[in-house]
Amino acid sequence: MGEILDFIIAKSNYWSYVVLMMIGLYAMISRQNYVRKIIGMSIFQTAVILFYVSTAVKEKAVIPIIAHGHGEEANAAIEASQYINPLPHVLMLTAIVVGVATLGVALSLAIRVYQKYGTLEENEINDMIREQ
Amino acid sequence: MKKLGLLTVVVCGVLLLLKTAEFADWGDPNSPASRHLSPYFLENSIKDSAVPNVVTAVLADYRGFDTMFETTVILAAGLACFFILRVRKTEKPKSTYYRHVPTATTLRIIEGAVLPEQSKVFKRIDSVWVPFDLILATTCKAIIPFIQIFALYVIAHGHHSPGGGFQGGVVLGASIILMAISRNLGAAIAHLKEKTTVLMAMIGVFIYAGTGAFAALAGKNFLDYSTLATVLGVDEIMARSHGILIVETGVAIAVMAVMVWIYYNLSSAGKQDEGL
Repeated sequence: MGEILDFIIAKSNYWSYVVLMMIGLYAMISRQNYVRKIIGMSIFQTAVILFYVSTAVKEKAVIPIIAHGHGEEANAAIEASQYINPLPHVLMLTAIVVGVATLGVALSLAIRVYQKYGTLEENEINDMIREQ
Repeated sequence: MKKLGLLTVVVCGVLLLLKTAEFADWGDPNSPASRHLSPYFLENSIKDSAVPNVVTAVLADYRGFDTMFETTVILAAGLACFFILRVRKTEKPKSTYYRHVPTATTLRIIEGAVLPEQSKVFKRIDSVWVPFDLILATTCKAIIPFIQIFALYVIAHGHHSPGGGFQGGVVLGASIILMAISRNLGAAIAHLKEKTTVLMAMIGVFIYAGTGAFAALAGKNFLDYSTLATVLGVDEIMARSHGILIVETGVAIAVMAVMVWIYYNLSSAGKQDEGL
């Protein structure tokens, strides 16, 4: 029991992202309403973003902005372990903005579906398509 | 369906949770993600481009292609919203609502009728949201300029502090969206027309791609900002720093314009007469 608890605590960050990701996935699978599916997709995306950002963390390191990185002192040697990994931050920085833009596309598709069928419930729309 | 979905989710979740045993511990400095490229970026960012904020240096210089196409994706998303939703010709609404500002009276003008006087005392308001909140409108009017100044600071100071084109652009776009929410869509469109947002989105991407194309035309690699050295009259390292600022400005313009453009189309379902 103690070992399992240690394992959970050591990887607790990944566990929380997996739980968040599964909440998003469940919302996408089980909900009939398209807006709820889109919200589930957003939660899923947030879990991925948090996962990436957490891989950047280093113990006893600061944000990746070089201290005294200007002027005379700029040529001092830089130890990579003093600063957290900038790469996941760069990837997620663009991913967040692109995520917002693609969320806009998803919502506009939902609006078009609502304009055509008058509902956002998937089963009702499926029935309408079958009747045609 | 719900039970099947739950089963799938639980199975996926358990598999992922078991796999976390092989992941690096929290805060491990020797995790695979931190061993290969990132030490190079951290150690050489100052030497290569004189930018202390490594995130900005990686974003606009080392991974310039990635960021350029991310900006293009944002533009494409804005275009997609436009083509999905935008209605070309909107039929005129049956009745329009105006507010007589001095007396705070709401007037409903039916089709064919005209206002007794076309002056500044009558303001067009939305038929879906007639109430007018003076406190809200005044507060937003007061803080929007400061939000915009802060956004410009975030863009311009991205070399030395957390910030840059994406963050500043989103804050700038949010200030316009705040105006649209606090008053109505028409007020925001009167300040920033849809045509302007489209043009700004294109210009932003053009600034980025144009900087790259300039480097290519000058005989170096695409997006190698050191070619700007002769134009700007600085050495190659500072030229990279200035080149990053130029493309970040392009990114900010594009992001800001696309955020506003998407909001205009989404909030009014493409009609752009009245929205939230």
